[in-house]
Amino acid sequence: MGKYKKHILYSLYLIAFVAMVVVAYTSSKYRPESISVLFTDLSWLGNWPKWLDLPLMPFLNEGFDKLIKEYGMFFEGINNFLLGLYTQMKNFMVGLPWPLLMIGVIALCYFASGRNMGTTIMVAFCVFFLGFLSPRYWDKCIMTTCIVVIGMLLCLIIGIPVGIMMARNKKVRNALLPILDLMQTIPSFCYLIPGILLFGLGAVPAIFAIFVYAVPPLIRLTDLGIRLVDKEVVEAAEAFGANKKQKLLGVQLPLALPNIMQGINQCTMMALAMVVIASMIGTRGIGDEVLLGLQQLNVGMATEAGIAIVLLAIIFDRITQSYGEKIQERTHHKKKLKI
Amino acid sequence: MSKIEIRNVYKIFGDSPSKVLPMVQEGASKEEVLEKTGHTVGLDNVSLSIEEGETFVCMGLSGSGKSTLIRHINRLIDPTSGEVLVEGTNVMDLDQKSLIEFRRHKMSMVFQRFGLFPHKTVIENVGYGLEVQGKTLEERNKIAMEKIESVGLNGFEHQYPNQLSGGMQQRVGLARALATNTNVMLMDEAFSALDPLIRSDMQKQLLDLQSELKKTIVFITHDLDESLKLGDHIGILNGGRLVQVGTPVEIIMSPADDYVKAFVKDVNRAKVLKAKVIMSSANEANGIDKSNLIKVNEDQFIEEFLPQVVCTNANCEVVDKEGNTKGYITNKELQKSLSKS
Repeated sequence: MGKYKKHILYSLYLIAFVAMVVVAYTSSKYRPESISVLFTDLSWLGNWPKWLDLPLMPFLNEGFDKLIKEYGMFFEGINNFLLGLYTQMKNFMVGLPWPLLMIGVIALCYFASGRNMGTTIMVAFCVFFLGFLSPRYWDKCIMTTCIVVIGMLLCLIIGIPVGIMMARNKKVRNALLPILDLMQTIPSFCYLIPGILLFGLGAVPAIFAIFVYAVPPLIRLTDLGIRLVDKEVVEAAEAFGANKKQKLLGVQLPLALPNIMQGINQCTMMALAMVVIASMIGTRGIGDEVLLGLQQLNVGMATEAGIAIVLLAIIFDRITQSYGEKIQERTHHKKKLKI
Repeated sequence: MSKIEIRNVYKIFGDSPSKVLPMVQEGASKEEVLEKTGHTVGLDNVSLSIEEGETFVCMGLSGSGKSTLIRHINRLIDPTSGEVLVEGTNVMDLDQKSLIEFRRHKMSMVFQRFGLFPHKTVIENVGYGLEVQGKTLEERNKIAMEKIESVGLNGFEHQYPNQLSGGMQQRVGLARALATNTNVMLMDEAFSALDPLIRSDMQKQLLDLQSELKKTIVFITHDLDESLKLGDHIGILNGGRLVQVGTPVEIIMSPADDYVKAFVKDVNRAKVLKAKVIMSSANEANGIDKSNLIKVNEDQFIEEFLPQVVCTNANCEVVDKEGNTKGYITNKELQKSLSKS
C-alpha cells in the first residue's frame, strides 16, 4: 500500500511538471509555429530556447494587483494601525527629556538582568554614547527602537503561538518549515518591494520586513524549546491528568522559556539588521545616516552611524539576553545541597 | 474481581501496526517481525490480573516491554489490540475527558528519572496532582506537607528538585504520587536510578508505607532481588511475552523456562525463602532426631536461622506466632532448598 502511495505521488509530480512545461510553451510568444518544427530543427537544444520560460512574473504581478484591489482596505487598516502606534510611541519618547529616557532604559536593564550591576553599567554607557556620538542620533535611535519594538511585538504575538502549534502537530511543522526557510533565505529586497506597494513608504513596510525576516528564528526556537522539554516530565504531567492547557502553560512553556528567550534575542538582532536595510525605502532612523554617508562617500559619517547601530544592538542584546539568563537560573538551579 | 486486568494485549510499534498484528498473533517472534516488516513488537499477548492491595512486580531486562506494559494501564500508550480493565472499566473506552478524570483520581505514577518539574519547588511538585484537579492552594499545600513529612523530607519543601540528591528527588516523586490518594500506584523502575544503599532504603520505606496504606502497586524493575523483596506476585517478561507469573517462591523454586532459570540462578535463596516454605509438615516428619531442636518462627528467612543450625548441628522446629509446631527442617530440606538446580 505504501509503495502505491509513493508511485501516485511521483506521477502527480510528473503531471504537474509536464503541465508547467505545456503552459510555458503555449503562453510563450517565441514558440515555433508547430511542434513538428522542434523535431526537424534541433537548434533549440543548443542555447536555452526562449519559449521554455515559465510565465511566473506576469502571474505574480497580476495576483499582486488583484490583492491590492480587493484587499486594499484591509492593508490600509493595518497600515493605519501600525503607523498610529509607531507615531504615538515615537512622539512620546522623543518628547521625554533625554536624561529621563536614559534613566528609564537603565532601570529596565537593571531589573531585567536581575540587578546585575556589570550589565547595567555597560548598557548605561552605550545609551549615553548614542547621543554623545552625535546629538542627531538620539532622536533617530528612538525612531529605530520604536520600529524594532513594534516589529518584535508583532513577531511575539504571531511567532510564539505558531511555534507552539508546530511543536504539537507534526503535519503543521512539515508544512511550515519550508515556508520558514523561504522567509529566511529570500533576499530582503524582494519583500521590501511588496511591502512598499502594500503599505507605502516609511515605517510600516519596515515593520513588515522585520516581521518576515525576524519571525522564523523565534518560531523555530519556540518549537524546538517545547519539543526539547524532558519527555518524562511531560509524561508525568499527563499521568497526573493534566489537560492540554495545563500541560502547555504549566509545564511545557515554562520549561521552554530559556529557548524562547534565545529566540526573542535572535529576533531582536535580526530586526535591527533589517531596520538598517529598510532605510533604503525611506524609513527614518539611524539607518539613513549610514545611507547618507554612503551616498556622500563620507567615511567618517558612515562609520559613526555604524558604531551607533552597534551600540543600539548591544543595548537590545544585553537586555534580552540577561533577562533570558535570569529565567534560566530560575529553572536550572545549581546544586547547592548534597545529602 | 481483580483490580487491574490486562487481557491479550498486543503492542506493535511502527507505521502500520494493525497490518502486522495477525503475523504476531500467529506466533512470529520479535526478531522475525522486525526483519520482515520493520515493526517492533512491544507486547505479545500479555494477560495478567492484579488483585487489590497487592504489589505486583513486573520484571524483565531492558527492551522486554515492561515500561510499555505499565504505560498501558493509565493509557499513556494505546494497545494495538486487547483490553485493559481497571476496576471493571475498559480504559480503551474512555474518551479524552473521562481519561483525564481517570488519571486524576484513579492512579498515580512514579518515574525512573523522577519526572519532577524543575521549575516548581518540592511542595509545588508534590501538590501537582491536586493542582490539576483544581484544588485550592491552601488545600494543596496542606496535603502536600503531610506527604512530604511521610517520606521524611520536612524542611526541604521550598527547595527546587535540582538542589536535592537523587534519593531525595525520588522521595518527592513518591510523595507526589501519594498526594492524590489514588488506589493504584504505578512505579516505573522507580528505584533503578538510585545507588544501592539509597535504593534499599527506599525499598524499606515503600514496604513500610505499603503495610499502612495497602495500595495496589504495579512496580517495574530489572532487578530480581528488588522484585523478590517487594512483590507479592512477580511477572517476568521476555521479548514482550509474559514468561511466568507467580509468587517469589514459585519463581525461585520452579522457574518456568531457561530464561527464568538463568535469572534466578544467582539469587541468594537463603535471603528469600522462609522457613514455612521449605519445612516438611509436622505430620509427615517421621524419624527426625528431636533431641536437639531449635525453634524457628515460620516467617523467618533461612539466613536468619542458618548460622545457628550450622553451629549447633541441630534440626529446626518451625512454629507459628502462637507457638504451635507447624513442621520441621532438617539438613535434607536445607540442602534441597539452597542448592542450585
